[in-house]
Amino acid sequence: MTESLMPFAIFFASIFTGNILLTNYLGMCSFLSVSKELKTSLGLGVAVIFVMATTTPLNWLVYQYLLIPFGLEYLRFIVFIIVIAAFVQLTEMTIERYSEPLYQSLGIFLPLITVNCAILGVSLFMVIREYTLFTSLLFGLGSGIGWFIAIIAMAGIRQKMKNANVPPALEGPAITLVIAGFMAMAFMGFSGMIALS
Amino acid sequence: MVTTLLISIAIISLISVFLALLMVIADATIGNYGTVKISINDGTKELEVKGGQPLLKALNQEGVFIPSACGGRGSCGMCKVRVVQGGGEYLPTELPWISEEEKKKQIRLSCQFKVKSDVAIVIPEELFSVREYKTVVEKIRDLTHDIKEITLRLKEPDQISPKAGQYVQFMVPEYELTDESVYRAYSIASPPGDSSRVELEIRLVPNGICTTYVHKHLKEGDEVTINGPYGDFYLRDTERNIIFIAGGSGMAPIKSMLLDMEKKGITRKASYFFGARSKRDLFLLDEMRELEKKMPNFTFIPALSEPQPEDNWEGEVGLITDVVRRMTTEGNNSEAYLCGSPGMINACINVLNELGVLPENIFYDKFS
Repeated sequence: MTESLMPFAIFFASIFTGNILLTNYLGMCSFLSVSKELKTSLGLGVAVIFVMATTTPLNWLVYQYLLIPFGLEYLRFIVFIIVIAAFVQLTEMTIERYSEPLYQSLGIFLPLITVNCAILGVSLFMVIREYTLFTSLLFGLGSGIGWFIAIIAMAGIRQKMKNANVPPALEGPAITLVIAGFMAMAFMGFSGMIALS
Repeated sequence: MVTTLLISIAIISLISVFLALLMVIADATIGNYGTVKISINDGTKELEVKGGQPLLKALNQEGVFIPSACGGRGSCGMCKVRVVQGGGEYLPTELPWISEEEKKKQIRLSCQFKVKSDVAIVIPEELFSVREYKTVVEKIRDLTHDIKEITLRLKEPDQISPKAGQYVQFMVPEYELTDESVYRAYSIASPPGDSSRVELEIRLVPNGICTTYVHKHLKEGDEVTINGPYGDFYLRDTERNIIFIAGGSGMAPIKSMLLDMEKKGITRKASYFFGARSKRDLFLLDEMRELEKKMPNFTFIPALSEPQPEDNWEGEVGLITDVVRRMTTEGNNSEAYLCGSPGMINACINVLNELGVLPENIFYDKFS
């Protein structure tokens, strides 16, 4: 693959073959708890897309221009999480102030995902895989979209499941995890197409 | 080595300070909604509070307490308030608790609804007299194998004026079963006459946050914070006959009402049906017999559903519903006060309806 096409390959790979939720199982807690209804999972999904797409390049800048020059790469866990938390908080305040409808549909979910491991995970992968700023942006965006697709698919399935006859022992989180497993297997079908490294 | 350490500390501090500064600036600019007015009950009371905070918290700071069990996390659904003006749209975090009917009445969950502009709200008049009280545990007494009577002496403020039958909220501090303070509601068992003390009857529920705290940790001399009084479960001023029905620690509000009646010299005909499983679940029998002597029109009817052979029980036997059905006359001229588990109350309401007690004359306090 030519060098110039790499970022786009990474973008698509992070949506499908390397779906952060279904291949790395990151961000499971909100995935399991908020996927009961399509409407709420839509809101959460969009919030995740937004936060991932913005915090990944932001953390890239912090990493490249603050941590590397001082040889502090080992502090990236704590620095990334601080940056994410502060950024999310600021965004929430801004949305709450200036857009009531946006706050209704999306802002309310922001505090929920501040400490979501998928968000931190994307920033950490971006470092390990040595992405550029542009690639990081696309990777963050793609991972967010991937997470979004996974949660709305799950919400859709769970809504249908209300009519299904689930064995009592499997009700709730158990059956949800089983379904997540099947979804992960289904997404593996994409894995021959592009490899994410 | 030392320089690396210093540099890393400096950089982390720098980042934190920068972000903290950003937050402070944001808080003072975009997070600043100025002061907003809360008008309560058509302007009976006007409050000026800092905007942007949840309604529950804003009211709390001004000394208006709305009952809430979870402390404002949106997980108990108790702190409902009618917002008649300036309410705006419902938040997704409120919707699970609000029914369609409540939506029409503009009822909001006050811990989630943030006051960003002037609002007008309607709350029950009685909530104005709700205060927070610092108290000291004066006495702990075992009533049965699983019910304790806790006597709290008020310190600050040192007077409370509940109606007999109302309840207070008991604050459980952080301990092994909870990592933040929570509130639980308990009926006042003492009569309103003693305004410097509050007596509670608390039954141990396995793994219950508050009941475990009270039974296993609370000692005489400990400080306890309560707020109240709340509730519309109190004796109505009519001439009708009274049917009291209680089970377990449902004794508390009924006892308070009875002592109140005795003190005020109310001579209405009253029967008190108290349901228990076996003799070891019965308590305060002597006190009730004493009351029977003082109040000629009062009868106390304890009933056991599963009397044990060693109990030598000669009183009523059977489910409390059956005993009530058997022994009630003049249902249509009666008023009923029920306190106990939801199952018991629902069953009793059905029986009372059959006996001709009008639905508007049935009052109850359900444990939940």
